[in-house]
Amino acid sequence: MTTTDPYAGVRETTEGRVYTVTGGDWDDLAADVTTEHAERVVVNMGPQHPSTHGVLRLILELDGETITQARLAIGYLHTGIEKNCEYRNFTQAVTFLTRADYLSPLFTETGYSMAVEKLLGITDEVPVRAQVIRVMMMELNRISSHLVWLGTGGLEVGALSAMLYAFRERELILDIFEMVTGLRMNHAYIRPGGVIQDLPPGAVEKIREFVQLMPGKVDEYSNLLTGQPIWIARLQGIGYLDVNACVALGVTGPLLRAAGLPWDLRKSQPYCGYETYEFDVPTQQEGDCFARFLVRLDEIRESVKIVEQCLDRLRPGPVMVEDKKIAWPAQLALGADGMGNSLDHIRHIMATSMESLIHHFKLVTEGFHVPPGQVYVPIESPRGQLGVHLVSDGGTKPYRVHLREPSFVNLQAVPAVCEGSLIADVIASVASLDPVMGGCDR
Amino acid sequence: MSDQPVGQPPTAPVLSGAESEVGAVPAQATASAPSTPRPYGGYFDEVADALAQAYPGVAQAVERSIVDRGELTLHVRREKLRDLAQSLRDDQDLRFELLASLSGVHYPTDAGRELHVVYELTSMTHNRRVRLEVAAPDDDPHVPSVVAVWPTADFQERETWDMFGVIFDGHPALTRIMMPDDWPGHPQRKDYPLGGIAVEYKGATIPPPDERRQYA
Repeated sequence: MTTTDPYAGVRETTEGRVYTVTGGDWDDLAADVTTEHAERVVVNMGPQHPSTHGVLRLILELDGETITQARLAIGYLHTGIEKNCEYRNFTQAVTFLTRADYLSPLFTETGYSMAVEKLLGITDEVPVRAQVIRVMMMELNRISSHLVWLGTGGLEVGALSAMLYAFRERELILDIFEMVTGLRMNHAYIRPGGVIQDLPPGAVEKIREFVQLMPGKVDEYSNLLTGQPIWIARLQGIGYLDVNACVALGVTGPLLRAAGLPWDLRKSQPYCGYETYEFDVPTQQEGDCFARFLVRLDEIRESVKIVEQCLDRLRPGPVMVEDKKIAWPAQLALGADGMGNSLDHIRHIMATSMESLIHHFKLVTEGFHVPPGQVYVPIESPRGQLGVHLVSDGGTKPYRVHLREPSFVNLQAVPAVCEGSLIADVIASVASLDPVMGGCDR
Repeated sequence: MSDQPVGQPPTAPVLSGAESEVGAVPAQATASAPSTPRPYGGYFDEVADALAQAYPGVAQAVERSIVDRGELTLHVRREKLRDLAQSLRDDQDLRFELLASLSGVHYPTDAGRELHVVYELTSMTHNRRVRLEVAAPDDDPHVPSVVAVWPTADFQERETWDMFGVIFDGHPALTRIMMPDDWPGHPQRKDYPLGGIAVEYKGATIPPPDERRQYA
């Protein structure tokens, strides 16, 4: 090779010659490789690659431009979230779990909180208002998650404008999240027993404004992409996965629905009162990347419908269980340096009520006891079935938390959707799986 | 607490330090827990009847059936797991075609059954759920692989091997998946330390999480 790039180069290993490719030197590389290795080339795509949706490494064996074998290497973002939870009390664990799938944190929080509530036997005592807020926040989160998928997925197949449009509306949702939870991501807003604080003044109006705006924006995306010849050429017939393959590989969510099976836990095993909302489960029959695009667009529309219904049924009331031995004692407020204990609450416990101070201290440092047992709570996240397997030994900390992450399970489909296709289609196929590596690796 | 003198520091919570309950086994996961008597309620009785019909050796394969918090757990002898799994997937009255989740739990105090593997099954046909639980001792951590029954078990068994050291016999390529290939130990076992360093904040030093005081 004649490249002058100091970072590109060739080195000999026991497995053969290894090239580092930085772009711009393709002709040299192709000339070199075809004379040296006529039979097979193994390409490492990632873990640092703009089209692999995070730190995912694909190991592709190529015959020309055709993939003969595809394998995955994951774990680059493993942060030991499950293990860390075992050393924190049941409330603190939310702060870790919300960082797993960083594009749909409110789903992980809800699934985990529901699991704790099930172990405590207080599922029916969670106030109605808290359940409505949970559903509303989750559906807004589903929209924002699908928008990131549309934006990055579009970017990866060359539709740059999809990213500009999708991130524009996602910003509106993140503004709502910041207003309600104090943070744009990693909220730790949904806690065992309810939600950490009520909606602030002006939030309902802001969300109402958003749901009135959003259907027109979805039409915009549809006008931009659905009939666009390049978009269709890149997605139609690519990454095919039928219902049998989905179920065998454990693939759920929009991928399964794009293959034709209307399986949605919000309908089949409802939770948080989803059975009382009116919405459809969008499906397509083709099971390819284009069908997944259509399903996700329709899911945004359905989520907007659910958020509207939530706004209509919000009634004043508590947002945390009555039981003072479980409910977080602090009232939060937005101060000059961000969200923290409200000054009224601090004045109350520090100056006027010794009992409140003791109660606050015990519950915050020690936490509440959860009766021993194990539960599994599955919910429908934007990527499919998100399950929380929670074991308690009767103490104040989880004995074991396991997240059944849809990103992790769905990625197993990569060899099935990629092998035999062209290398360019790998990008579209992986994007259509919508993996989030934070959730996958935990 | 009302007789607490005003101005005194609040009574410190009871600390138990080393004798904390970490490592205790939830009663329903131990070998001594009794089976829940029939009827179980809900669809669980139909599942149990259909399983007895589809798999005649069910009495030998299932040690205990426990219904707790609206969930049915079948504790399965590991040598029978593979056959039982096949029946659970294929029988028309069972049809647990989706292995939703597979994960490990380490109970160091459950002598002879330290490593548990938990399978969450879903029947999309009948809209039902059931949990299988298999135990293996620490010194013989072998459990048959169910990849041939549910291909989705591939990554999840690799993760359970990686994190707990359970060897799934018959898995096509049981290698680590999260940790590097040459990593020593299995991080999510209870005898594996969390690690971490002390952090100084505003003049005070906060010890790493696994060295902080424990509350019983």
